Amino acid sequence: MARRVGEVVESTSTSFVAQCYQLEGAPALGGLVRTDSPDIYGVVGQVTTEPLDSARPVLARGEDADSEEDVIRDNPQLARLLTSRFEVYISGHVEDGVTRQYLPPRPPRVHSFVYLCSPEEVSKFTGRLDLLRLLLNSGAAHADEIVGACIRQAAPAHEQPDEFLMQACKTLAVELSGDVARLNSILRRVSP
Amino acid sequence: MTQSYESNGSEGNGHDNTGINSGHLASVQGLPLGMVVEGSVANGVEVRLDPGFSVEQVKVGTFVTIQGSNNRFFGVVTDASLGSSDPRMKYTPLPVDDPFVIQALQGTVAYGTISVLPQLTMPDVMGDEQGPAAAKSIPSHFSRAFTASQKDVETVFGSEENGNFWIGSPLDMETKLCLNLGELVKRSMGVFGKSGTGKTFLTRLLLAGILQSGEASSLIFDMHSEYGWQGQDADKGVSVKGLKQLFGAKVSTFTLDEEHSRRRGLSTDETVQLGFNHIEPEDIELLRETLNLSEVAASAAFNLREKYGEEDWLKEFLAAGRGGSLLELADELQVNAGALRALYNRMGRITRYGFLVEHSRVDISARIIEHLERGQHVVLEFGRYGDDLAAYILVSNLLTRRIHQKYVEAKESAMGGGGKEPRPLVIVIEEAHKFLSPSVASQTIFGIIARELRKYNVTLMVIDQRPSGIDSEVLSQVGTRFSCLLDNERDIEAVLSGTPGSRQLRSVLARLESKQQCLVFGHALPLPVVVRIREYGPKFYETVQGGGDSEAEKKRKVEELFGD
Repeated sequence: MARRVGEVVESTSTSFVAQCYQLEGAPALGGLVRTDSPDIYGVVGQVTTEPLDSARPVLARGEDADSEEDVIRDNPQLARLLTSRFEVYISGHVEDGVTRQYLPPRPPRVHSFVYLCSPEEVSKFTGRLDLLRLLLNSGAAHADEIVGACIRQAAPAHEQPDEFLMQACKTLAVELSGDVARLNSILRRVSP
Repeated sequence: MTQSYESNGSEGNGHDNTGINSGHLASVQGLPLGMVVEGSVANGVEVRLDPGFSVEQVKVGTFVTIQGSNNRFFGVVTDASLGSSDPRMKYTPLPVDDPFVIQALQGTVAYGTISVLPQLTMPDVMGDEQGPAAAKSIPSHFSRAFTASQKDVETVFGSEENGNFWIGSPLDMETKLCLNLGELVKRSMGVFGKSGTGKTFLTRLLLAGILQSGEASSLIFDMHSEYGWQGQDADKGVSVKGLKQLFGAKVSTFTLDEEHSRRRGLSTDETVQLGFNHIEPEDIELLRETLNLSEVAASAAFNLREKYGEEDWLKEFLAAGRGGSLLELADELQVNAGALRALYNRMGRITRYGFLVEHSRVDISARIIEHLERGQHVVLEFGRYGDDLAAYILVSNLLTRRIHQKYVEAKESAMGGGGKEPRPLVIVIEEAHKFLSPSVASQTIFGIIARELRKYNVTLMVIDQRPSGIDSEVLSQVGTRFSCLLDNERDIEAVLSGTPGSRQLRSVLARLESKQQCLVFGHALPLPVVVRIREYGPKFYETVQGGGDSEAEKKRKVEELFGD
């Protein structure tokens, strides 16, 4: 069963930002998430934890504390002053019951719930790999990292992870056939 | 990795994907190789190999079929190369010890391509009456390429069951590759290759095929006595059977050197003796280079013939020389005395040959023709004279000239309705560049035969290791060429001259194995092919044992006996 991890707070055609319900509760980099109504899939890119009020920067508080837990215990207000957000790069949607790996006509609505996909969903969605092209061209500063993480994260959900890895890398190689240096750097991130 | 090699070639097994990794390309059904990505009619098409297919598995010379949208093409791999989608790849340091990365790159960024020269378009329906036709277009983009199946090869080259002669197999295939001997003997043929590449074995095989099929008679000028009774396999150190052993009475052996034959414990059918009266100034002209005679000296022979007559010129000349009257003779003939002296010296050397007598009434060429007309094949063994090039050239030229003359007469009278067609004849000569070099080709009878004697049912089989020494005009008339490994640039160029697609064939030719492989192309074949030549040994003997007549041969004999 998909786990609800947050709510859309900012939305564009290519990406959206979701706020986590739990501090530090963002899914891992490269994880596959989904909004519902309509179903839009995306891959987790930038994860940020920052003060709610940008005018009040976080200060270091643990100088005299023995452990990190002590810091949290002694400053219970912290959890209320901080928030975790994550940026999701849209990589597909469901249209009339068919999964499409291209951008949806409209971005998800703000306040849509965001779910972390179950392994079954991951395996089903990454059965096709057109999303890799979307991710490579997402314009994210660290697109290569996201692609590598996405492939690594998706592999265990498949029945034959090694085969999936190879297929994904071959797809990458086709996409990046003109740029071996970049391809090479991603492959080394994915290589088991 | 099981793969079936059914010789009967049943179709419809579907692709056997396990074969991709087995290294064997041939199966009942061709394996998918890749896809056409570019090309031209002049240069052939580029096929990008499928990721699963390593470029190492495709050998130059292998047959390939390409399924175009309207036609099926049959071609041959002329080159294989490595390509990359990113030219910077060669400068990018890659983790070559990581098999995962390498596997991901293979077939995507780094891939293999093969160049295929489409030669034929195949009939739409396999086994259709209509055979393959020369390809005048190329398959379109993205056409799939497959390795040729056995069935394809049979469609193109004919099968043994249809009376063709099994000469070997194509590269990497177990299919029998067959030659149409009827077509083969219609034009002159050449067997070329460096020393020790198996020319003699190939020739023996071809001759056995011609003998068995009865398509033609053959006259073999057997320089080293290796075709008649038995030959030597220098590599294995064993002797192999010659034509006489295999075909018995169908082969007559003549010898120039009876003693040599006797020493080897063989009996020959006839011993050849030639008289001085048989030698003509033209023969001397041909020997000019071998005997190191000047042009003036050689042409003095013509003056001598004028003076003494056709029959006696040599005899009289030698007598004059012995009598010490060469100077007066030179004066009288108005030739340089030194040249005449040189001619006398060389003639003295020639006339010491044991097979030459002062006067011979036996016309040995007539005897040979008698044998040939009976449908027999004649092997003329040179015995110890085989190492003497002058003797070889003299005798073969002398006999061939006479035989040629008789064939021309017979053919002309047949055309006039006054007799039957002379039986097709194949004359086999070794060291052909000595007869057919540009300086002498115009004069020797072999040059004439190569150029025009096809009309008179006589063709040549030239065996040579320096084809570049053969006159290009003559070489261009050699219909079917069998070329074993050649590495001299000029020789390769000479062999391939006048052949379409010679640029591509050049790389094939230079990469033949040094034994038992040859590139065959020309008149008797629809397209050039690299053949792994069939073993000439006990297994082959079995197929010809007893020297039984082929159907065609039986029919011919019946017609000869009972025809009108």
